[in-house]
Amino acid sequence: MNAETACALTARDYKSDLKPVWCPGCGDFSILMAITMAMADVGRPPEEVAVISGIGCSSRVPAYTSCYGFHGVHGRALPLATGLKLSRPDLLVIAAGGDGDGYSIGGNHFMHACRRNVDLTYIVMDNQVYGMTKGQPSPTTPPEWDSALVPGGTGLSPFHPLVIALAAGANFVARTFSGDAKGTAQTIVEAINHPGFSLIEILSPCVTFRPEEREWAKQVHPASVDATEDRARAARRVLTDDGFNTGILYRGNRAPYQPAFKPDDAAKVDFEAEFLP
Amino acid sequence: MNQIETTLDRPVTNVTAMPRQSLSIVMLGSGGSGVMTAAEILLRAAARAGYYGLMTKSFGPQIRGGEAAAFVTLSTKPVEIQGDRVDLLLAIDWKNAERFAGELLLGANTLVISGEAGAELPQIVTEPDPRLEEINLKTLTRSHKGTRPNMVALGTVAGAIGLPREAVAALIGERLEKKGEAAMAQGLTALDLGYEEAANFSLSKLAAAPTEAARWIISGNQAAGYGAMRGGVRFAAAYPITPATEILEWLAPRLQKAGGLLVQAEDELASINMIIGGSFGGSAVLTATSGPGLALMSESIGLAVAAEIPMLVIDVMRGGPSTGIPTKSEQSDLNIAVYGLHGDAPHVVTAPNSISDCLFTAQWSTHLAEAMQVPAIMLSDQSFGQALGIVEKPAEQAFAARREVAEAPGEDYQRYALTASGVSPMALPGTPGGQYTADGLEHAESGRPSSGVADHNQQLDKRLRKVVDYDYGDHWAQIEGDGPAAIITWGSTTGPVREAMRRLDPDGKRLRLISLRLISPAQPKALAAALQGSEQILVIEQSQMAQFFGHLKAQFDLPAMADLYARPGPQPFRADEITAKLEEWLS
Ligand SMILES: Cc1ncc(C[n+]2csc(CCOP(=O)(O)OP(=O)(O)O)c2C)c(N)n1
Ligand code: SF4
Repeated sequence: MNAETACALTARDYKSDLKPVWCPGCGDFSILMAITMAMADVGRPPEEVAVISGIGCSSRVPAYTSCYGFHGVHGRALPLATGLKLSRPDLLVIAAGGDGDGYSIGGNHFMHACRRNVDLTYIVMDNQVYGMTKGQPSPTTPPEWDSALVPGGTGLSPFHPLVIALAAGANFVARTFSGDAKGTAQTIVEAINHPGFSLIEILSPCVTFRPEEREWAKQVHPASVDATEDRARAARRVLTDDGFNTGILYRGNRAPYQPAFKPDDAAKVDFEAEFLP
Repeated sequence: MNQIETTLDRPVTNVTAMPRQSLSIVMLGSGGSGVMTAAEILLRAAARAGYYGLMTKSFGPQIRGGEAAAFVTLSTKPVEIQGDRVDLLLAIDWKNAERFAGELLLGANTLVISGEAGAELPQIVTEPDPRLEEINLKTLTRSHKGTRPNMVALGTVAGAIGLPREAVAALIGERLEKKGEAAMAQGLTALDLGYEEAANFSLSKLAAAPTEAARWIISGNQAAGYGAMRGGVRFAAAYPITPATEILEWLAPRLQKAGGLLVQAEDELASINMIIGGSFGGSAVLTATSGPGLALMSESIGLAVAAEIPMLVIDVMRGGPSTGIPTKSEQSDLNIAVYGLHGDAPHVVTAPNSISDCLFTAQWSTHLAEAMQVPAIMLSDQSFGQALGIVEKPAEQAFAARREVAEAPGEDYQRYALTASGVSPMALPGTPGGQYTADGLEHAESGRPSSGVADHNQQLDKRLRKVVDYDYGDHWAQIEGDGPAAIITWGSTTGPVREAMRRLDPDGKRLRLISLRLISPAQPKALAAALQGSEQILVIEQSQMAQFFGHLKAQFDLPAMADLYARPGPQPFRADEITAKLEEWLS
């Protein structure tokens, strides 16, 4: 990317020509669009951006961008993104994936990424189901949802990612709806520009295994109050809302974790003296 | 000769006659008695005086403050294992000493000095009927204000084996300097009390030290960490686990000094993925763990194979399976390291054959990983990792991380391009025009996901080719002697085998040692060449299920006549055990 084109980057410049494997109508399409719009807005050239994911329908997203990408193993997007960002603080690093990937198999990393507060933006496309493996309940699935693997439903109360993110120390917490690509894009821009670990939980209908989620379009509504800097207040709000409240819910001011990393290959590493008797 | 002195129990009357080439010492004491400090000063003083040596430690199960035993062998020649018999045992006290049953190899010639005058000695000590002596550490230290029993004990041992007082005194001075002159003087008084006591005991002295060549005191874990740094590693992520933690604790501040970083991850699933991220970004990377951690990492090591991400994974093996015996060695992670990845996943597995070879092998492994863009697993073990050796200063090696990087990728850049060597230039994030998505999904040359037959076959071939066709040079094995009876071994079993060979075949005419440093990919041709002219083959390893033997049979065309001596840990192989085995095998 040369300087001339760099100042005129559009969403299209961040899209690869690979055709997504997603089902027609899947919420993830608009999220991909929102991500590319947000990147154009932020304006870092694609080679300075890395999109890191795990496994799932949603985790396919890196290769659909024109950035550097890593499609790793199921549940490990966050540690991979953490290692990249800590050793390459110059890059813009975005992690993305599904609710199964991030909250179930990757749940421990989710908590620790919030706590570690590395300057990452984490986009979770929450469809409250395992799409890729064809319809099993995820940690955010309602307890009564019937499926072949768990007949009659799990009977378990859903995991509350936003409250957990707040409790664990995330520095920016937002919820958006995939149907609102523009609003989602703006939120992603804000998340990228906010230092530290940012979680954007995006309600993204799985039209194939949870067709009833199409109704979400009617249920979502913008949060009636602005983002707070008070972690406890944010937690109370998201615990008591209806789950369809969208917008930026929390902006913290914890300093990100970014220890110095400036290896000097020229400098001879010499620790011989300490081995002398 | 060394072997006779250490293997035969000589009549008591002869013990002071001749200086010895090698002496084995044990210092015992309960928590807080300071045995480890005393033993380490002894080792350092011996190193300064020009001796070789080895110090291993054994602890009770208590997290802190339990009984402890330091095993120190000092010698005029390189030492890789503890002697067959203890020559001198000094106990500051005898609390819970029974726990070291099986580790204390006492004989009629052992001189036992009890620091607790009048105390009843445990049966494991009296049973072999050793020579018993006493010193009264309590009264000695009480009558000299500020003196500590462990320093008196140190003086007693150093005096009894004939270590020059100056070397020990200088070290005590250096250690206590910060605590002020009074402390220093008290330390030296204690030392002298010990030396005076030692004059009452008769024990063969150590023979004069060889020339004062440059020596290092280093543990296998330190050597591994330093080797990796010399190889170019600057980014590490890890989760603590015995017996690998010392690698991490050694590295953390030193990486920082070199501008690098070690991150403590939330678990091994995270640490392995953090280093994958770091390597994707262009750094040479490392994690260190032990068996349980390696098991957790294996899915992601497979990812690194598929996505062609270089990295070094050090497994400091301990007794298994499961939590097993965390503080003791075993060579039983070979199968998981070589065969533990799902799919056809070619990668590199190496193993050092001595404490100082941990440095070489870690540096070499980093170099191999970077050169081939592949994960390398180095199998060290507890007996290297947690032992302190006085070794010859390891030679400088030129190996450094040299990854083929796409500096200016053109329009047609393909991350996984099919090249003759199988290695494809890697574009690093930040490089314009090189964008690709690294993927664990099978992919085309471009990196795009593909489940096509051709792509799968071509990428599988390329990934296999790059590690199989690589020229590993002479480093694949350590070969010593060229006799018709060949012993094939690996890792920490090499030391005892070497010592047994020295005893049975000092000129290297009957026996031949082949110790594999490259465990995988297999080098059947090189092994066949190394076996040329051999009439007998014996494989020796520390694994109940003979994992190494199975690997040699399956991958190295090991001749059918090969014999096997395999047993599990936790007891380390002793030279007398291997010597006896070899004698039986040769006869
Ligand atoms: C270790 C491992 N276990 C299981 C799987 C199978 N698997 C693939 S994707 C997936 C769940 C995906 O769900 P989610 O993360 O919510 O993403 P979605 O497909 O709904 O976008 C599972 C269980 C796997 N790939 N790896
Ligand atoms: S299965 Fe569901 S989540 Fe996956 S692509 Fe189809 S609609 Fe989207």
